[in-house]
Amino acid sequence: MNAAAESTFVADPYAAVGEVVIDCQVNKIFYGDFLAVRDSLVPIEQHKITGFIGPSGCGKSTVLRSLNRMNDLIQVFRFEGSVMYHGQDVYGPKVDPVLVRRYIGMVFQQPNPFSMSIYDNVAFGLRLNRFKGDMDERVQKALERAALWNEVKDKLKNSGLSLSGGQQQRLCIARAIATEPDVLLMDEPCSALDPIATRQVEELMLDLKKNYTLALVTHNMQQATRVADTTAFFSVDISHGGRTGYLVEMGPTAQIFEAPREQLTKDYISGQFS
Amino acid sequence: MSDFDLTKAGEAARPMPQLARQGFEVRALKSGLLTGLTWLAALIAAVPLISVMYLLLVKGGSRLFGADFAEVLTGLPPAGFELGGGIGPAIVGTLVMVGIASVISIPIGILAAIYLGVLEPRSRLANTSRFLAKVLTGFPSIMAGVFVYAVLVIHWGYSAWAGGIALAVLMLRTVVLAAEEAIAQVPQRMKDAAYGMGCTRTQVIWKVVLPTGLPGILTGVLLAVAGAAGESAPLLFTALFSNYFISELSEPTASLSILIYNFSGMPFPNQIELAWTASLVLVLIVLMFNILARLIGQPKV
Repeated sequence: MNAAAESTFVADPYAAVGEVVIDCQVNKIFYGDFLAVRDSLVPIEQHKITGFIGPSGCGKSTVLRSLNRMNDLIQVFRFEGSVMYHGQDVYGPKVDPVLVRRYIGMVFQQPNPFSMSIYDNVAFGLRLNRFKGDMDERVQKALERAALWNEVKDKLKNSGLSLSGGQQQRLCIARAIATEPDVLLMDEPCSALDPIATRQVEELMLDLKKNYTLALVTHNMQQATRVADTTAFFSVDISHGGRTGYLVEMGPTAQIFEAPREQLTKDYISGQFS
Repeated sequence: MSDFDLTKAGEAARPMPQLARQGFEVRALKSGLLTGLTWLAALIAAVPLISVMYLLLVKGGSRLFGADFAEVLTGLPPAGFELGGGIGPAIVGTLVMVGIASVISIPIGILAAIYLGVLEPRSRLANTSRFLAKVLTGFPSIMAGVFVYAVLVIHWGYSAWAGGIALAVLMLRTVVLAAEEAIAQVPQRMKDAAYGMGCTRTQVIWKVVLPTGLPGILTGVLLAVAGAAGESAPLLFTALFSNYFISELSEPTASLSILIYNFSGMPFPNQIELAWTASLVLVLIVLMFNILARLIGQPKV
């Protein structure tokens, strides 16, 4: 059907313009015997938002969660390839996945605050890292950056679970950025939110990319066009009997949506399959 | 089959809908009858506790809330024809033995629950251990007493230790199962969040799983404590009884439930009255733990 169907990398991988923070090369990702993702080169550039789009089951979340070894929590998960982060392979034999996650933070699909106060939620990561400085200041700064401070400054002692869904998600973002991670992975962070909260989180992402590097999985193509600088399009290959995801095309967002090189990309963004 | 003739158009084809409640329809009558029956059943279910409490308050309340309540709560049990006296040693003995049982069973139970709920929930050891804890739930409590008698009492004699260990055997199942339940209810996404922050598995357990599951764990612990406080069978073979305050953990020890058993069979009105008072005190202790468990177990936010 196209070049990518032949178990090789895409013919012309995306040549990153800026500095690459995470250079991800997936050869194969397995869940047990099931080949979930194959042959994908995904460079994540600094101070940019890299959007992952594609139909359900195309492995975009799997690839994202591979970047900070969140998938290690699934026992049957197996990764073949490399994730070079500042010159070190995240999957290297001496690497502690716990430390990886302190540099490469994560925001999940469902808002997941801890059942503790708003303040303690944000301070959680700082206490984990035995932060010695002015805790109040760092908590305030994180909440301000997450555009939540004005709404919660008078009720920092209230439970994080008492907030609305959109506020909870921004609290989770504040919690993730309080420890100043290098990269923030966001796995469909707006799919549980209403349009207003979605817009707030999107504005927040655009603001955050000045200081952080973001990778974003989204089901929503409009969201990718609104926030992503670079877009990676994944699809599902059913030619070998299984359902294996792979990277079809990656490039600047405008190019992907206006002048896709691959027919598959064209079909997907024009809504011919999902 | 529809009542409406759809081939005919217009008003005539559609009768006016009747929405008003029909009081004497069969369905309404049945509904009323069944509602009444469930109401009655609920009332009957509440009768035993209320009547037991009433009886205990009437028979035992006079001494407990009377002028000599201090002597009743702190005094030594009376001999034969003696008047006055109290149940002090039994109260202290019950508290000490429940304390020993708690110190043994709560840490083991919670640690086992962590293994069952977080570390290896699907392993063969976990499945076996969970199954055995459930079997232990239907285990006659006197067997715990017989078991400890055979293992400990035969060699070292009756003691508070033996009583506490027998109670611990009974508490363990409740603590394990309730704590596992509470731990399993901590949502996976909360654990994911903690792992995503760079927590080790130990940190996830200490900082997220245990604090989040704490109300449920405490509820289980308090229910186990309440259950142990009321047990008498396991103490018959292990702690026996004593007329004096406990001075060493290795000697026979008084307990409220055994005191009730002993005194209620005596031919002296003073002792029988004290047995009633001890029953009331015991029920109040158990009730207090139950109410505490309910208060702590209530969801916050």
